[in-house]
Amino acid sequence: MSNTTYPIAKDNDGQPIWKFIFSELKPKTKFFTPFNIISLPIMLLGLVLIVIRFWKGIGAVTNLSQEIPWGLWIGFDVVTGVAFAGGAYVLTFMVYILNMHKYHSIVRITVLNGFLAYVFYAGALLLDLGRPWNVINPIIGNNFGTSSVLFLVAWHFLLYMLAQLIEFSPAVAEWLGAKRARKILSGMTIGAVIFGITLSTLHQSGLGALYLMAKDKIHPLWYNEFIPILFFVSSIFAGLSMVIFEGSISHKVFHRMISEKDNKAQNGIIHGLAKICTGAMFAYLFMQLLVFIHGKHWDLLNTGMGQWFLLEMFGFVLLPMILFYISYRRNNILLIRIAAIITMLGVILNRLNVTVIGFKWDMPIRYVPTWMEIVVTLAVIFTEIWIFKWVINRMPVLRDSPSWVKEEN
Amino acid sequence: MGLDRRDFLKTLGVVGATLAVGKNFGATTKKDTKTEFYGMLYDPTMCLGCRACERLCAKAHGLPEPAKAPEAGVIRNTSEIQRTVVNCYKTSKDEVYIKKQCMHCNEPACAAACLTQAMCKTKEGAVIWRSEKCMGCRYCMVSCPYDVPKFEYHSANPKIVKCDMCHDRVIKGEMPTCAEGCPGEALLFGTRRELITEARKRIAENPKVYTDIIYGEHDAGGTGFIYLSPVPMNELGFNPAIQKESYPALSKGFLYSVPSVFVLLPPLLLGIHEATKKDHKEGDENE
Ligand code: SF4
Ligand code: SF4
Repeated sequence: MSNTTYPIAKDNDGQPIWKFIFSELKPKTKFFTPFNIISLPIMLLGLVLIVIRFWKGIGAVTNLSQEIPWGLWIGFDVVTGVAFAGGAYVLTFMVYILNMHKYHSIVRITVLNGFLAYVFYAGALLLDLGRPWNVINPIIGNNFGTSSVLFLVAWHFLLYMLAQLIEFSPAVAEWLGAKRARKILSGMTIGAVIFGITLSTLHQSGLGALYLMAKDKIHPLWYNEFIPILFFVSSIFAGLSMVIFEGSISHKVFHRMISEKDNKAQNGIIHGLAKICTGAMFAYLFMQLLVFIHGKHWDLLNTGMGQWFLLEMFGFVLLPMILFYISYRRNNILLIRIAAIITMLGVILNRLNVTVIGFKWDMPIRYVPTWMEIVVTLAVIFTEIWIFKWVINRMPVLRDSPSWVKEEN
Repeated sequence: MGLDRRDFLKTLGVVGATLAVGKNFGATTKKDTKTEFYGMLYDPTMCLGCRACERLCAKAHGLPEPAKAPEAGVIRNTSEIQRTVVNCYKTSKDEVYIKKQCMHCNEPACAAACLTQAMCKTKEGAVIWRSEKCMGCRYCMVSCPYDVPKFEYHSANPKIVKCDMCHDRVIKGEMPTCAEGCPGEALLFGTRRELITEARKRIAENPKVYTDIIYGEHDAGGTGFIYLSPVPMNELGFNPAIQKESYPALSKGFLYSVPSVFVLLPPLLLGIHEATKKDHKEGDENE
């Protein structure tokens, strides 16, 4: 409408912006919920452990060793966490590139989830850095280690967070009632989406490529030159399963915010996602099969690690794939949710098998994370959920956008 | 909202900017073929097992005096307080001493892994670590096939510890301290080419004493530290799985594909976006 309106206006009742943000900081919901009672102590304990880690060194809280330099914090927080955040690029691809409007109502929450996942899980990388004060070196050019896969991944994390922030920013603008800003920001969406998908393709596979040089250290059933492609394809169904799972939960928790129309659409969305998961998992299984035949590791199947590998493939890829297939044929939403959970477990298993369980599998002393590493991981996850809830309770993520947004278009 | 020429150009601009970054990913540092790398040759048949090198190394790098050597067959590893160890292996040809330290690879995996080039191959040949660049990610440790870089896990200001072939001495024209102080002359310092010639000569003159291998001539893409040996190397604790090709070559394919993805994918996405938009024009919820 009128371009003369001052960007920060109306929706926050004309309050100055800082006053509005300040008033929004206060909790909006009941404080003593079961989730808060469980998560708060863990977050506090995690904070204490993080202080100890920076004070006494990484060895004081982790079981990492000279042979196993990367453990749970990289293998789970970063590698697995980012795979689960893959839903954002898949959905933006579907909605903005393929113009599948059916999924539009869940784009914002997925992008928010993805953005926070990157901030927190890639942020967890900082905890694992021995000399975090030098973390800006590869960004400011002291020096550019351009032959490093980690250099690529680090840059992509950074740029992708920016792209996601742009994708999400219209919601922030609507919350602040910043009409003009919203217009500019939503004009940037398609560019950010294209950029974001390209970055995601490269760093989802890049996380696998990180391990290419560790050829003699990873169990041959998991090490192959195709890790990058396998990581990329599995990030598709990892991300979508997360969307299904997270969508089911937030639909319960935030039920009161969701409009009638979106609520009705929810089942159709889940149904469609199940179909895509089936396809992606089929492609993934087929690739795994080709890679396996190519690797000629038949003899290894008879070992303990071999059975573990078969369990991963059959129990956590083939089985949920079949479940997805059946449930979408029969339109059984509950079964889809179950399949999504099994798929997620399978992705966790796969990423840990490459990064932790299969890494130096033949060493006499195995790496097992300390309870402290686990608590810090939980603390990171809980903090993310806190911020997630905070945003959802305030910004138009699940809620419909304020009425002026429709008028403008 | 429509995607017109302006948006198209905007996207292209973004792509172009990243392309400039993308281009560098593929390029690994090409070595100047004229410089000759220095290296070291270790001949176990001349090693007395006195471990003077261990003590000299500790002294030169401000590390604690190494503990007394254990009996033959007990194998110690290098660590964050010991950059080199000499172990005594019981082999098919009696006891053999073997010195372990960084191999100073021609194409080091650690340096290819390092996102800040804190780990780097100098033109003299040593692979060194630079504290002011390192962020302590330990990716070098994950990547080194010989598990050489060690990390100070119990420090708030941790360093990566590994043999640097006494780089500060070498640039002053001196020898690494271990080579200088080795009473048995088991450690020879020189250009890699001289050392390989010397190793060949020794094998040719004493074929009964040595096996016909110069370890490091081709292993892991060639190393600066090379070994002669009276027995096969796997009897001396060397991992037989180590490949002949260099380790950075393993991730080259991936890195080379990055620029092409950056060139091809965005226009493709934009094209699909345009193509599918038309179909949905009648769609009610079009934003
Ligand atoms: S042995 Fe390891 S640390 Fe030494 S140069 Fe080679 S890759 Fe680097
Ligand atoms: S730990 Fe330091 S030297 Fe090793 S790869 Fe990371 S930044 Fe480079």
